[in-house]
Formats: sequence, structure tokens, C-alpha cells
Amino acid sequence: METNTTIQTTVVSRSRAASPLNRLSTFIYLRPWLIMLMLLGPPLIWMGVVYLGSLAILLLNSFFRLDGFTGLIVREFTLATYRELFTRSNMDIVARTTGMAALVTITTAVLAFPLAYTMARVASRRIKPLLYLGVLLPLWSSYLIRVYAWKLILAREGIVSWFFSIIHLTPLLNGLLDLPGVGGPSLSVSPIGIFIVFVYVWLPYMILPIQAALERVPNSLIEASGDLGATPFETFRHVILPLAFPGVVAGSIFAFSLTLGDFIVPTALGNSSFFIGQVVLSHQGTSGNVPLAAAFTVVPMVIMILYLIGAKRLGAFDAL
Amino acid sequence: MTGETIPAIQFLNVRKVFGEVKAVDGVSLDILDGEFFTMLGPSGSGKTTCLRLVAGFEQPDEGRVLLLGRDVSRLPPYDRDVNTVFQDYALFPHMSVGDNIAYGLMIRKVPKGERDRRVNEMLDLVRLSGLAHRKPSQLSGGQRQRVALARALVNNPRVLLLDEPLGALDLKLRQQMQIELKTIQQRVGITFIYVTHDQEEALTMSDRLAVFNHGKIEQIGSPAEIYEHPVTPFVAGFVGISNLVSGDIGERITGSPDTFSIRPEKIHITDPDTHVPEGKCSVRGKVRDVVYLGLYTRYLVEIGDGRDLVVVAQNMDTTSMDVLSAKGREVRLVWDPEHNRTITQSGERALV
Repeated sequence: METNTTIQTTVVSRSRAASPLNRLSTFIYLRPWLIMLMLLGPPLIWMGVVYLGSLAILLLNSFFRLDGFTGLIVREFTLATYRELFTRSNMDIVARTTGMAALVTITTAVLAFPLAYTMARVASRRIKPLLYLGVLLPLWSSYLIRVYAWKLILAREGIVSWFFSIIHLTPLLNGLLDLPGVGGPSLSVSPIGIFIVFVYVWLPYMILPIQAALERVPNSLIEASGDLGATPFETFRHVILPLAFPGVVAGSIFAFSLTLGDFIVPTALGNSSFFIGQVVLSHQGTSGNVPLAAAFTVVPMVIMILYLIGAKRLGAFDAL
Repeated sequence: MTGETIPAIQFLNVRKVFGEVKAVDGVSLDILDGEFFTMLGPSGSGKTTCLRLVAGFEQPDEGRVLLLGRDVSRLPPYDRDVNTVFQDYALFPHMSVGDNIAYGLMIRKVPKGERDRRVNEMLDLVRLSGLAHRKPSQLSGGQRQRVALARALVNNPRVLLLDEPLGALDLKLRQQMQIELKTIQQRVGITFIYVTHDQEEALTMSDRLAVFNHGKIEQIGSPAEIYEHPVTPFVAGFVGISNLVSGDIGERITGSPDTFSIRPEKIHITDPDTHVPEGKCSVRGKVRDVVYLGLYTRYLVEIGDGRDLVVVAQNMDTTSMDVLSAKGREVRLVWDPEHNRTITQSGERALV
């Protein structure tokens, strides 16, 4: 009886080992470093070589300068390009872009939270997929098309102006457009318009991480807070908000950095007041001043690094 | 137990329905002040829903829940003087142990000095002094359990609700915590309502317990009453192991057609030819299976008609070799008829 069993097992394992595919599986299975290499290899090559490589070249370029007379790039170390970057008009562009990014981030966060909360904690199982679809559907169409659609919506002859006219508030709209600095000939050519469209296009990127963070808060924590005497408002303040905070920070990183680098929205809806993305585009394209374009690109990178350090200080990554 | 004291908790014909499911189906119940009361039952029997009705997480569809004589059926959790220890502990992950325990006091705006004093008192009570600055994620399961207990007790509630709080702990720790919980309850003198599906836990700790099945209470009584005098087949089967005997075989053994239950530990297993003393119950059978459990051995004995009786015997003089060789042997089972419990009430047949 016992010998029989032994023979049988041996036969079975031999026949399996005979397959070359099986031998390969065993070869890989016994070498964890090989599995690691297979998993990390492709993304490491992509991120490490292609992405970090181009980033390094970008940084390097920002320390070269453009010879204004010949129009050629002088490839020797200089801080001249940075000196040019820190002029008054360029700093205005940096301030305008950063201010817009901050305002857009705060607004999307305020608008996104209630919806994310509804999706995560209130909506029934039937409504939830519809809300998801509603948030994600716009991302399936080209962002460029949506921006130009907004240009039509906001145009002087567009639906917004029409709506203001039928509720007899056209003077209010005109007053808004007359404001120096933020106004313009119409909503479709003004910083207000840029702001509205930015908030629209980045909203899903804010909703999803907040929703994910709220989804992870167990119901029992909310019940426990109520059980310990906290009213729903106190529970929100002491339990829900702190636990959703990492999601808000994650969303704000998207909204903030995407606004900092965008050149399509301000081009489509802007006036002559430039944003960083537009300047980079024009310097490296039209005027061929790659060093200055590179130096401009360093600005949002530095701002984002400072932002991430600040977020870390606030404990946004503690839960990771 | 005297008439003039108001019960801590009263259920008056409470019903709660979730969709099609009658979670609580007409429960009436008095829980006395200062009592350690256990709601015992299988999952889905309505015991947790009853606890949640007391906590205020659910509102009854019918009937009323009274806390010290006052109708609290429609009050939100934060307006009820009860606190809960949750099954998953529900500690706030972003707060330290100390802040977790202080949460209820902070909400009620107790001054900082007194708050700290009471938190330290609680940490002493649950033997966690010195861990106030840890985060819940840095604690073991048993320690988290104690923090959850301290966080609830610090508010000095009239009633403490415990929802299977020891379920996630290993056996040794669970047994240790059972004794500790009972000690703490006696020290603080607060009414404890304890929900569990573990009959041993219920028997160990409770002053009284209610056995739940399908949203109804099958029996209420002290652990000894429940164990020794189960009134329904379900209770007989759920609390401990019981052999239910009915029909022809039952009538042959006792001379009465009534269904009765007999506990496995009351039955002696002997040779088939042993003389049976006058007045004892006895039946012949064949050992179908033997499970050696170290402290004792469990036999499954077929007594005819495909019916099995479970018999346990302590391994006082026997070794594993002896008992395992008993499989397939003809035996005689003998027991004292005073241990037979006639099942009076009808009800669902329990797993035996």
C-alpha cells in the first residue's frame, strides 16, 4: 500500500517536470529577484531612463543661454537665463499662474467634497454607479473639445449670457466683466472664464481621491463617534474630515499641478496675460529660446516640491 | 430582582424589519440594573440588531425601547446615556490611544485637567498605563480591545453595550479577557449587555442570558438554568451539545412518547453485556466514530434507525490507543433518567 503511493507520486511529478514551460515556471519561481526584475524592469526603464533622463536634460538646458545675436544656444554653464527669468514681467506670469492654481484647487476641493461624500457614504447601490459614470464620462472625450465647448457656452452670444438676460441680471454679468484684472470683453475671453473652465476640467481628479478616502472610513467609526456623544457635525469635524484629508491633498496635487502646467485653457479663453504653460510653449517653439523655456519649467517643479513638503508636514501621507 | 427597581433596559414588543428579513420579531425583555446580560444566538438571529436598537443606530419599526423607564426609541445615539464596544473596536486611527479614550469627554467639553485624570484612571483599569501616546495601529488586538473598552467606560454610561468584542482574539486571550471583563463589570457596577454567538463565553460571564433564534427569544435565564433546563429543542442544541431523542427509540428507552434531550457528558459508555442497574436508562449501539480530543474523547454511537448519540468521556484512565480502537465496537449506553430533559415547547429542530 505504502510503496504504491510513493511510486504514483513520483510518476506524477516526473510527467509535470517534463514540460519545458513547467521547468521555466519552476526556474522563475525559485528566484524571487527575477520576479522582481520582471515586474519592475519595464516601468523602471520608462520612468528612470525616459522620464528622469529628459528631466535631467531639461535642468541642464536651463543653465545654458541663448545668444540673442546669432539665435544659437551657447552650451556652457551660466546663470544668465535664470537672471532673465527673475525679471518683473516673468515673475508676474509666475504669480498669476500660481494664484490661479491655488484658487482653482480650493474651489474644486469645496465643490468636490459634497459630491464625493454622497458617492462614498450616502448614495444607494443603484445610484452610485450612475454618479461614477457622471464623474468619469467627461474624461472619455477629448479635453481639447470640452475646452472649446466651454468657449461656446461662455461666449457673448452663448447660453450663459442668454441665461443672465432672461433673469434680467445682464448688468451683473457686465459689472463682473468690467472688473479690472479678472474681467474682459466676454466670459469666453477673461480670467474668470479661465477659472471656470479649469475648475470644470480638474473636478473629477479632485472627486475621485476624496471619494476613495471617504470610502475607506469604516461605518463603525462614524457610529462610534455618535455613540460617544458627538452630533453629526462634530463627527464630521473630528472624524470624517481628518480621515478624508489625505484624499483632499491627493486631489489638490492633481488640480494644482495640472493648472500650473496647462497652456490650452488660457490659450483658448485668455487675453494677452500669459500663464507659465503658454510662455514655455512660445519660448521653446516660436522664439527658439529653449534655455528660458527650461528655466520656466523649473518653476512649477519647485512650487510642487514645496507644496508636497508642506502636505507631508500636515500629515497627509501618514495614512499611506 | 425586586419589583420597585426600574429595569435598566426594557424591550416592549419590539419589531425591526430589513426589507424582507424580520431581524427582530416581537421581542419583550427586561434587563436589570447592574446585571451582566448576554444575548446569545447564531448569526442572523437578531441579537446584534437588538443591541443596535439600544445604542440608537437603528429605530424599531414597532414597539418601544426604554432606558431606565424612559422611551428612547426615537433618540439619536448621541442623546442616549449608553456606550458601545464595537466588534471591530472602531478606534479612531488618526488619534492617539489617549485621545481616543478622551473623545467622549472632549465632545462633552469636560475640562482638560479632569479629562486627563479620568483617561489615566481608565488606562489603569484596563492595564494599559503608559501607552497613551501610541497610535491604535501600534497596538496588538488585545490592547485595542482594552482601549475600546476604556473609551466607552470613561463616559460612565448607564449601560455598556458589547458587540462580540472578543471575537477577533485568539482562544487564550479570549478566555483571559472573559474573566477580566467580568471583574471590571463588577468593579464599575454598570449594566453590561453582551452579544455573542459563543455559548461558552455566554455561560462563563453572564448573570442571565437570552437565547435568540430567528428574531425571537427562545429562552431567558441564568447560565445554569439554560444549560440544565433548555425549554426548546433549539436551546438544547445551541447551548452545549445535546442529544435529542424522540419517536420509537425514545419511547423504548423512557416509556414515554415525549421528545427529550440528554447531554453527552451524562452518558456512560460500557460493554454491551453489562448489567444495567434498576431505574437507569439504557440503549445498545455501535460506535460509528471516535474523536480523541486530549482532555476527553467524543464518541458517535449509532443506536438504530440511523440515529446517533454523542457521548463524551474524560480520558482519566484511557489512552488514545484505547479509545481509537473502540471504533466499530458494540457498546451499551447507560445514564440516569434524572438527566433527561423533556422538551415541552415546540420549535425548530436544532443542530445536534
